[in-house]
Amino acid sequence: MQLAELPAGERILAPVRPATIAASFAAALALAFLPWRNVLLVPDFVALALAFWCVHEPRRVGLATAWALGVVVDVGNGVLLGQHALAYALLAFGAIQLSRRILWFGLWGQALHVAVLLVLAQAVALAVRIAAGADFPGWTILVGPIIGAALWPALGALRLIPPRRASEPEAPRAL
Amino acid sequence: MEHSPPPFFKRGPAPLVRLAFFASLSLALLVLDARFRYAEGLRSALALAIHPLQIAATAPVELALRAAGYFADQARLREENARLQARLVEASVAAQRAEAFAAELAELRRLAGAAERLPVEATAAEILYHGRDPYARKVVIGRGARDGVKPGAPVVNESGVLGQVTRVHALAAEVTLLTDKDQAIPVQVVRNGLRAVAFGAGASGLLELRFLAANAEIQAGDRLVTSGLDGTYPAGLAVATVARVERDAADAFARILCQPAASVDAGRYVLVLGHETRLAPYPEDDAAGAPERRGAKKKPRRRESDAAR
Repeated sequence: MQLAELPAGERILAPVRPATIAASFAAALALAFLPWRNVLLVPDFVALALAFWCVHEPRRVGLATAWALGVVVDVGNGVLLGQHALAYALLAFGAIQLSRRILWFGLWGQALHVAVLLVLAQAVALAVRIAAGADFPGWTILVGPIIGAALWPALGALRLIPPRRASEPEAPRAL
Repeated sequence: MEHSPPPFFKRGPAPLVRLAFFASLSLALLVLDARFRYAEGLRSALALAIHPLQIAATAPVELALRAAGYFADQARLREENARLQARLVEASVAAQRAEAFAAELAELRRLAGAAERLPVEATAAEILYHGRDPYARKVVIGRGARDGVKPGAPVVNESGVLGQVTRVHALAAEVTLLTDKDQAIPVQVVRNGLRAVAFGAGASGLLELRFLAANAEIQAGDRLVTSGLDGTYPAGLAVATVARVERDAADAFARILCQPAASVDAGRYVLVLGHETRLAPYPEDDAAGAPERRGAKKKPRRRESDAAR
């Protein structure tokens, strides 16, 4: 019972199954491929999932996963091939480097860090497109990453669900 | 386990090395795709692989829309039906007159010795969703290579030209709208036959007529139609209405902004037109096509329009 009162970063969680990670990426891709009306206001779900797993499982999800996901998103969205791949690789690098620091904060503090990472990833994509000859689409491109970061606490809460459920039946027969 | 080296020794290359590797891989891919377009094979293979995922993502939304449509109220449906009937009558009267005009025109062209216009075939398609690229103005339609849609084909709806098919997948196609920054269309002013090239003005959702002299005979309210000079768009389709003409004495060219005639928000259905094949060979050195060819050279992504010539 004391476990629940520890800050998020110190809780002992059951190890994540690889299937869970794969399923979360598939769900993020499916959300990203929904027929959104205004894509500027939609958070980048794949980047969010990627940042989440890079922060929580930096040994399992790394740059290779990020790059592969980026290429898939590029193809699915019909944009310049490599645009999201580059942005996601940098995002994963940042998230992995910052993972120990980020986990030390509460969920909203983590969300602030993630907001910076997501905005940087968006800025990389923007720089690539402007270099390729596109116009600046307006400051609304910042809305998506910020909404994405606001979803981070919900993701953190999701992450905490399975271990609690697993540990409850074991609690009576401890010792 | 205790005698094995600590895990940080066997984690492969250093993070920065990995980052450099993947970043340069991405940059190489970017250059290959943007400059040389060598990555199309990889793109189409991956597109086919993730097609089930896209279907899985769009199917529930489609189902919900269909269910919502099923429960639409009777009064609204009857009203819509009556309106459509009225428009059908109007359109068929116009079509009959157009048929008579077309016959007359063909006769006149034959007499004048001009090349005959070929009938344009059309495929109806539904707009599936707006493009997910915030830097470009595209829509995705539900017809692809399997239905005979070809890259470069013009796309119209009931009020005018929407754009051009720029990428074709097996079951879907991407249509770049006229308002996209990289899109150009040859037009003609209905009032006096002045020819020009309209370029997309990007985020503003307008079109811009470039390279028209400051004293060009054009005014706000002029209607623009396709001139048919490029052999891609059939002649006479509504494109835009001139919204604003700014003549600056310091500039050799007028700044002319136009409101496009067709909007993607108006309806869900569009027509993909077949190419109008030109009978005469394209001249070796033609000054009329120069502005657009210059545009195409600057933008390697618009290879389709060159292929269409």
